[in-house]
Amino acid sequence: MNGARSRLRTEVAIVGGGLVGCSTALHLARRRVPCVLLEAERCGAHASGVNYGGVRQQGRALAELPLAGRARRIWGRLERLVGGDGEFRATGHLRLARDEAEAAALEGWIREAARYGVHGELLSREALRARFPWLGEGFAAGSFSADDGQANPRLVAPLFARAARSEGATILEGRTVVAIERAPPGFVLRAEPELELEARVLVNAAGAWGTRIARLLGEELPSEPIAPNMLVSEPLPFRIEPNLGMAGPGIYLRQVPDGSVIFGGGRGTVDLERRRCRPSFATSLATIGEACRVVPELARASIIRTWAGIEGRTPDDLPIIGPSPRMAGLFHAFGFSGHGFMLAPAVGAVLAELILDGHSATSLAGLEPARFAPGSAAAA
Amino acid sequence: MSSDPLVVIVGAGPAGMAAARTLVEGGLRPLVLEKGPTPGGRLWQRPATVDFERRLPGHDPDRAERGVSDFLGIVDRIDWYPGTTVLDATRDRLWALGSDGVIDQTPWDALLVATGALDRVVPLPGWTLAGVYTLGGAQAALKVHGCAVGRRVAFLGTGPLLWLAAAQHLAAGAEVALVADTSHRLGALPALPDLLSDPQRLALGLACFRIVRRAGVPIRLGVRAAIVEGNETVRAISVESRGGRRHFTCDAVAMGFGLVPQTQLLDLLDVPFDLVPTSGLWLPRTDRSGRTPVPRVYAAGDGARVLGGDAARLSGERAALAILEDLGRPTDPERVARLERELARQERFARGLARAFPFPAELEARTDDDTVVCRCEGVTAGAIASAVRTFGRHDVNAVKALTRCGMGRCQGRLCGPAAARIAARAAGVPLGEAGRLRAQPPIEPLPARARCMVTEPNG
Ligand SMILES: Cc1cc2nc3c(=O)[nH]c(=O)nc-3n(C[C@H](O)[C@H](O)[C@H](O)COP(=O)(O)OP(=O)(O)OC[C@H]3O[C@@H](n4cnc5c(N)ncnc54)[C@H](O)[C@@H]3O)c2cc1C
Repeated sequence: MNGARSRLRTEVAIVGGGLVGCSTALHLARRRVPCVLLEAERCGAHASGVNYGGVRQQGRALAELPLAGRARRIWGRLERLVGGDGEFRATGHLRLARDEAEAAALEGWIREAARYGVHGELLSREALRARFPWLGEGFAAGSFSADDGQANPRLVAPLFARAARSEGATILEGRTVVAIERAPPGFVLRAEPELELEARVLVNAAGAWGTRIARLLGEELPSEPIAPNMLVSEPLPFRIEPNLGMAGPGIYLRQVPDGSVIFGGGRGTVDLERRRCRPSFATSLATIGEACRVVPELARASIIRTWAGIEGRTPDDLPIIGPSPRMAGLFHAFGFSGHGFMLAPAVGAVLAELILDGHSATSLAGLEPARFAPGSAAAA
Repeated sequence: MSSDPLVVIVGAGPAGMAAARTLVEGGLRPLVLEKGPTPGGRLWQRPATVDFERRLPGHDPDRAERGVSDFLGIVDRIDWYPGTTVLDATRDRLWALGSDGVIDQTPWDALLVATGALDRVVPLPGWTLAGVYTLGGAQAALKVHGCAVGRRVAFLGTGPLLWLAAAQHLAAGAEVALVADTSHRLGALPALPDLLSDPQRLALGLACFRIVRRAGVPIRLGVRAAIVEGNETVRAISVESRGGRRHFTCDAVAMGFGLVPQTQLLDLLDVPFDLVPTSGLWLPRTDRSGRTPVPRVYAAGDGARVLGGDAARLSGERAALAILEDLGRPTDPERVARLERELARQERFARGLARAFPFPAELEARTDDDTVVCRCEGVTAGAIASAVRTFGRHDVNAVKALTRCGMGRCQGRLCGPAAARIAARAAGVPLGEAGRLRAQPPIEPLPARARCMVTEPNG
């Protein structure tokens, strides 16, 4: 090797080929803005391609609801946007309360969310039993949100990458960004193997590695890597329609059309350096026990596979999305804390607007990076 | 003082049993986990009582008896858990499901994986019909249950097991409709020098061939294509060779194209794998001593490299000595040298076999679009090729994500190699670029109702 690097120049450089990066590339390309996305492995190799597939507004922090509402509208016409079926189905989402305190929390959320035009239907113990006969005992109440649903991340992530490409975005896989320099008015990125990329605008969509990418430019934005632990059963004959979740911490569970039950809860182990994670058997056993209490008939099935995915979690469990408080031309979108699959289609749309128009009609209040910048008003 | 290191052996076939004995002689008390109810593995599977047992070629009941009773003679000096299926392995512990339906874990200081091999199948039209078995399945029916898998069984595949299984069926009085081998008789000639390295095994192979021929069973060599016919159950098989295409009536097909080592545990433990171009299989990196590049992890028997039963026993013994060596225990260098010489001879014989019975890569690569490749999920070759073209992905794990191929109960054990071949061909890239399906825990289905002995929440 002679160390010669190819050098590219573009308008917007995107680091990370998860859904966030690919959706940003897609929305920029649709507006005919040249962009180059650098992905260390393959698009969708991490959280975006292996997540649980839950698409819900219900239970989200209020600060996320404007973005989630916009995302939900995109999910409804996803097939037209990306040119393929990502298996999004509005099956509804059922959130379960185990005791009176959790039931009160459900009720409170329904009241607050109504202000954002998001609806939940409160269900009593009896209503739950009548409507969802496969449900286990011991739930004090439930909240049903008909607009929510589920999708297949194994298809959605590659569909976004393919759509971005066909709209004209340059997507380079197998390129790891290892250094970034400020070169006013823009940035120079160095990627391995052998690439230098010059861009006016930089989008950090590096998922669990977002904190590290920010640090390459001296910006300190906190997130820690986590590895949510997932399981899937062999097909079961009965039908669980909605996507299920708990009001408090706990498992989440859905049944896909072939009958398999996909569920998750707890954590596996993660090694950010080696870019690998692994499900934990002990976590899986605990999750199976809990899932069998929620859906007792699951006990008849066998679990055929477990996995984990690498995700970044911020101190307040909210993503970091928006312009850098210190550096013009730098935008962050990472740290989705376990619930960015649903949001990602809208994140790309909003980032494209911020980059090209300087503003977006969708509020990011409470999600912006400035909340972690020392001395800034938002950090207080 | 500190207690002895805990050596765990997974699998009590010839390799695992030999290793256990060697470790006991070396002063250790290994823990042996075996999925089956009894020791012996595939080779020494024993029927309760079958009158034709003594007539089966290549099956030596006295030897099997001796091997197993030898092992049973040391069970009070090992910790022996039959009926125990290992589900997951990490660098410091194993998780297993016992015959009582209870899940337990054990730590380990050294781990010997001796999990054996499965028949390799090639997806062919009709191979998912009821009545199609693997060679191993057909052999087990004969040896354990004393019956053939059908009234008229056709044998299809390649390799010594094909002829052995057919000959055993004839010896047991079963009717054999056909023996169809994808290899050519001529292919055996250049292999002869290597095959002569083990005259006994060569003689057995030739004897099997003779038994089949003398019985007047139709034989087809150099088979290029095969279709299993029937609806729901097998009615016939049609094979194409130089002599043209012909139908043979049968009600069962036994199929096998060599063996695939069961390497899932080694994969979970991060042992690196290398592609063997001739067979198209990815095998764990081990040396003749059974050591892998991962410290304290060893592999022996068909679970590492398919060398046959004798070699399995030798490699189990050799790996046990490697474990003792690495633990700083005394071992006899001459014994080590002798074992390695013997193993080298077995490797040479295996090279000869690979030449005489090459894997029919073309047959696998040219799987019809309509043919089901993944029987668990019903994914066809056409669906694989179309996903490759639509998304520009040929990595077999990406293909799995896009098509569900390999996502079912068997976790791609059967279809993985074929899916990789079909993906590589559709993308026009060398086979190696399609990679291999990565193992994911649990490596066998885990019943959700299994109770767990462990109370601590994290591990
Ligand atoms: C198991 C699991 C279950 C989940 N379930 C849900 C759910 O049900 N609903 C929901 O809404 N969300 C869920 N999430 C969260 C959701 O998957 C993520 O929030 C979302 O996918 C994040 O997308 P991303 O593009 O930011 O990250 P990623 O998909 O992780 O993409 C980041 C990409 O950046 C690349 N990268 C990193 N560093 C570099 C570098 N230096 N150079 C080049 N590239 C680099 C990585 O290789 C990676 O591909 C789940 C997450 C996991 C892990």
